[in-house]
Amino acid sequence: MIGGLFIYNHKGEVLISRVYRDDIGRNAVDAFRVNVIHARQQVRSPVTNIARTSFFHVKRSNIWLAAVTKQNVNAAMVFEFLYKMCDVMAAYFGKISEENIKNNFVLIYELLDEILDFGYPQNSETGALKTFITQQGIKSQTKEEQSQITSQVTGQIGWRREGIKYRRNELFLDVLESVNLLMSPQGQVLSAHVSGRVVMKSYLSGMPECKFGMNDKIVIEKQGKGTADETSKRCLRQESCGKQSIAIDDCTFHQCVRLSKFDSERSISFIPPDGEFELMRYRTTKDIILPFRVIPLVREVGRTKLEVKVVIKSNFKPSLLAQKIEVRIPTPLNTSGVQVICMKGKAKYKASENAIVWKIKRMAGMKESQISAEIELLPTNDKKKWARPPISMNFEVPFAPSGLKVRYLKVFEPKLNYSDHDVIKWVRYIGRSGIYETRC
Amino acid sequence: MTDSKYFTTTKKGEIFELKAELNSDKKEKKKEAVKKVIASMTVGKDVSALFPDVVNCMQTDNLELKKLVYLYLMNYAKSQPDMAIMAVNTFVKDCEDPNPLIRALAVRTMGCIRVDKITEYLCEPLRKCLKDEDPYVRKTAAVCVAKLHDINAQLVEDQGFLDTLKDLISDSNPMVVANAVAALSEIAESHPSSNLLDLNPQSINKLLTALNECTEWGQIFILDCLANYMPKDDREAQSICERVTPRLSHANSAVVLSAVKVLMKFMEMLSKDLDYYGTLLKKLAPPLVTLLSAEPELQYVALRNINLIVQKRPEILKHEMKVFFVKYNDPIYVKLEKLDIMIRLASQANIAQVLAELKEYATEVDVDFVRKAVRAIGRCAIKVEQSAERCVSTLLDLIQTKVNYVVQEAIVVIKDIFRKYPNKYESVIATLCENLDSLDEPEARAAMIWIVGEYAERIDNADELLESFLEGFHDESTQVQLQLLTAIVKLFLKKPTETQELVQQVLSLATQDSDNPDLRDRGYIYWRLLSTDPVAAKEVVLAEKPLISEETDLIEPTLLDELICYIGTLASVYHKPPSAFVEGGRGVVHKSLPPRTASSESAESPETAPTGAPPGEQPDVIPAQGDLLGDLLNLDLGPPVSGPPLATSSVQMGAVDLLGGGLDSLIGGTNFVAPPTAAVPANLGAPIGSGLSDLFDLTSGVGTLSGSYVAPKAVWLPAMKAKGLEISGTFTRQVGSISMDLQLTNKALQVMTDFAIQFNRNRVQNMGRLARFGLAPAAPLQVHAPLSPNQTVEISLPLSTVGSVMKMEPLNNLQVAVKNNIDVFYFSTLYPLHILFVEDGKMDRQMFLATWKDIPNENEAQFQIRDCPLNAEAASSKLQSSNIFTVAKRNVEGQDMLYQSLKLTNGIWVLAELRIQPGNPSCTLSLKCRAPEVSQHVYQAYETILKN
Repeated sequence: MIGGLFIYNHKGEVLISRVYRDDIGRNAVDAFRVNVIHARQQVRSPVTNIARTSFFHVKRSNIWLAAVTKQNVNAAMVFEFLYKMCDVMAAYFGKISEENIKNNFVLIYELLDEILDFGYPQNSETGALKTFITQQGIKSQTKEEQSQITSQVTGQIGWRREGIKYRRNELFLDVLESVNLLMSPQGQVLSAHVSGRVVMKSYLSGMPECKFGMNDKIVIEKQGKGTADETSKRCLRQESCGKQSIAIDDCTFHQCVRLSKFDSERSISFIPPDGEFELMRYRTTKDIILPFRVIPLVREVGRTKLEVKVVIKSNFKPSLLAQKIEVRIPTPLNTSGVQVICMKGKAKYKASENAIVWKIKRMAGMKESQISAEIELLPTNDKKKWARPPISMNFEVPFAPSGLKVRYLKVFEPKLNYSDHDVIKWVRYIGRSGIYETRC
Repeated sequence: MTDSKYFTTTKKGEIFELKAELNSDKKEKKKEAVKKVIASMTVGKDVSALFPDVVNCMQTDNLELKKLVYLYLMNYAKSQPDMAIMAVNTFVKDCEDPNPLIRALAVRTMGCIRVDKITEYLCEPLRKCLKDEDPYVRKTAAVCVAKLHDINAQLVEDQGFLDTLKDLISDSNPMVVANAVAALSEIAESHPSSNLLDLNPQSINKLLTALNECTEWGQIFILDCLANYMPKDDREAQSICERVTPRLSHANSAVVLSAVKVLMKFMEMLSKDLDYYGTLLKKLAPPLVTLLSAEPELQYVALRNINLIVQKRPEILKHEMKVFFVKYNDPIYVKLEKLDIMIRLASQANIAQVLAELKEYATEVDVDFVRKAVRAIGRCAIKVEQSAERCVSTLLDLIQTKVNYVVQEAIVVIKDIFRKYPNKYESVIATLCENLDSLDEPEARAAMIWIVGEYAERIDNADELLESFLEGFHDESTQVQLQLLTAIVKLFLKKPTETQELVQQVLSLATQDSDNPDLRDRGYIYWRLLSTDPVAAKEVVLAEKPLISEETDLIEPTLLDELICYIGTLASVYHKPPSAFVEGGRGVVHKSLPPRTASSESAESPETAPTGAPPGEQPDVIPAQGDLLGDLLNLDLGPPVSGPPLATSSVQMGAVDLLGGGLDSLIGGTNFVAPPTAAVPANLGAPIGSGLSDLFDLTSGVGTLSGSYVAPKAVWLPAMKAKGLEISGTFTRQVGSISMDLQLTNKALQVMTDFAIQFNRNRVQNMGRLARFGLAPAAPLQVHAPLSPNQTVEISLPLSTVGSVMKMEPLNNLQVAVKNNIDVFYFSTLYPLHILFVEDGKMDRQMFLATWKDIPNENEAQFQIRDCPLNAEAASSKLQSSNIFTVAKRNVEGQDMLYQSLKLTNGIWVLAELRIQPGNPSCTLSLKCRAPEVSQHVYQAYETILKN
């Protein structure tokens, strides 16, 4: 198991060092600094073995977090733990920076003592931790409060405490998708997928039992089979409104979702944590709506000049508006000057980033726009050709490129007197670009 | 609140100031002071001098302060054990606190204080906390048992904590269960022989129930523990798989990978014809792909594991090539791994896409990545014949870019393509020769020289080219020098007239001016060959080369199987067994995949049933350099498992002998290869092997002819199960030959005829070092007359140990099929290991000492043999008749110590120390063997022999 956990600043100075196992000595702290942080070469692996000691590290801005062990630990678990550790720290004091870590080192030690025991990760849900790691001392609690804390930390529903009350029962569902694309210069889709998240903000009283439904192909087809007569009419209606269900390649759920139930009935039921959490993640590859198409044209005119023309076309309903559009056209390292002309938005050559950045605030569906640029090059005797990195794009659209639709989210709280109808529900769809690249 | 100020105090006399502050009356000041102490501790300053002052602050109501003091204690208690005792009272008191959080805190901290005196005080509070009413305290106490075990294992056993811990597996709280499982798994790892984690269908059921309820971390502990379980048959394996598959949708990647591990392992037991097997394969792909959208570090772990999975079961991801395409922003470690997997998945169906990608990658920035991409193109050419042409033209395009390292890498792979497809692409040689000057890396230079030498007859100026290399002969690396020598000799054999001078020059350079023995030797060999028999030289030097294999860098199959058992862990990231990077005894227990169960195969004959891939399909394995290093101890890396058993065994025996006894093996070897029915005189080995040992040899030559102990016959196949045929039997060993004595009784009403017998191939497999005993019938089952109702015959079936082999659990399990005119019947029996002890198992005394020292201590196993009231002499002679030889005897403090050796039919030596105390009926047996998995069975053999 994890033998020790160290946090360093960018210079390699130790900010936090907590050792859990006897086989990890003080020299391990230095070994990591010398061999990884101060290493001359770029780090080639997130796992490093130095003198039979293994170091796992992740970096958050300038801060290095390293877990150390001498045993054959579960490597995936160690990384998951390090990420979780970052989440917990962020939930307590915001951004993970040297300043914040130094300011909160006592708190961090307290957290490390609680969420890692002898190197075994323990309950690390911020909701539960915040009930008893408060930096105020807990002497004032009553006996009931204490046992409530312990039963929540160790309980089956470790992510929610009992007795939550809201005057207004309300919930927000955000379907956040990032659409990824790799396209060849000729416009052929090399790979495309959507990775989506359903984020829920719940402000519900009591211990509500929730059931979430979406237009999952498997569920819809199963229902179709179940009641053939009744659904035949509905089917007709469905066909008339176009694509109704989507094929989900794979999905993962927050630990509150009953996985065995999903496995057997494909229904998503859970008792949600209070406040914001990520209910599920999913991935689709079929029938993706690609909101934009990028058509590049790069021409080398002699050895010292490049001509670039890029056309972007929006491909969705004209009534919808895409926002925050940004096209990034890479330029060679030996660029000396750039002239740009664009039809819409603003374009600038950014020498420090070796790219032309073209920004458009808004763009409606089924439109097209174009930029052309002349790039002057300094003559070099470098034999190596320019690698021509792909043209990348950023945007935000108000629909889900995968086609996912929320069908329902039902809430049942048998003990309290509010029903599903009393809950105010909000649903929002946001599609963003992930890695959206076109080779040129 | 800004605590950062504590990091900044660096003035002199700091310790004194802190001391004063710690003893201050004001609570706030105290707390500030402790914070300063902790901050100094963090940055590595020695603040141990403040120990008493800090401990004085421990008695406080302020929980924050208390935790800080505890933190300090954990760090410094070891260096100040006497003072640490001062803290004990507070701990004990805190363990009684009404607040469960404080009770847990106390017991958690106490376990981290590694001072012997304190651990004694810990026992009572810990016992109470293990039974605490509050689950939070219990789950903390469970981990504390593991802590205590790490400090003082004996204490934990004596205090009975292990049993309490086992009880916690049935706790009502899932988190307590999870922590108990984690603690028990860790303790069990350091006691491989003990049956601590007594996993049986009931306890597995409990774990599977807890799996649905506990935290993500708890699920990981439980899944990792489940993976160590061995289901009793395929049905149980399937039902566990069914309950584990929902975990594949968990958001935590570690949960997913651990679930994958369980499934991959138990899948081994399922028959491929089952519908469920196919369903499971389909269910595995999506979660593995999803892992690739995790953070980069996790992606790396996932990719390293997928690399293993793809080698073990290529069918799972064969349609998922696209997800491994490299993204421009991927970190380099992710890129390199993806590339590796792409090559593994490349096939005729997707080769066009793959090649287009690889060509794209070859223009990237990172040098390592580009090199690997170029190399990958070459590998595709070799792997997918239809694509070879396109690959070669892609490589030529790349050579045209003139980027130095791309050109060099391309030349190295083109050499391999030439070897794979002779007389097909030689037209490109001219293009290659143009780039001669730019080659500055040894591997590329050597490849180019090889090409010039190999195709000397087609390259007009081959002699000039090679001569140009020869100018700087001494500055070249050995690889290039050797290649140059061979190439020039090839050239000479092809064009003898004009190159005489050149060959003389290179031969004298190699033999006279070089310090390198390899180079000199090769030079001399060529020289003599050329001077004595040029025709022979031609045959040797220009011989046809064996084809190169399609797959490279495959992991050796036995290692792969072991690594599959370690999915998700560091071993799977390093692609090395834990023993290669973990110190000491921990984690060195080898794991292996479960065998296919008999029930799923019983429809077929056992001889042909459980085959993985037929030997012909087994890919030749070229282990990568890294693997070799990790495996230095596992000597028989070379031969693939599918090789003929006789050859493999003898190779392996040689390896054992290198470490074991030199001379003995000469005799041992002949005994092994000779037909086992031929009796080898019992103690032939001893006199040759040992001059000195005769002095200590107590009973050699006495009683050896009587043969090994023979157990009474037991019923192996009851008449109920075999339509009236009852078989009972036993195993015997008489002067070198093993036989199975069978008694067949016909309890049916009809006559039985046409008897035949066959064994399932048996062996135990372990990480390349294999303990295998291929028992097989040496003669057909001879029942001459038909067996009429109620008749009984006795038959002795001679057995040989050169049969083909497969995994068996336990290793002395023998599965037998008997056929008669009515039906085929199956039964399995355990044969006593001592029938495999050979007659020349006596080791020279000095060899014994050396070998005993040489075998690592982890391999030593100790056993108690109870109720055996024999004295040393009697025991020794009794054992000798079963081929366990006493090498020496000593009397130490009234105890008789017998040092004994024995050898198994496959050449594995087992060394033993038997301690007998006169008047005490139980004796202690310590066994040392390079294949520790046999120890348990040797012990059983000892017990059987001594007690009968």
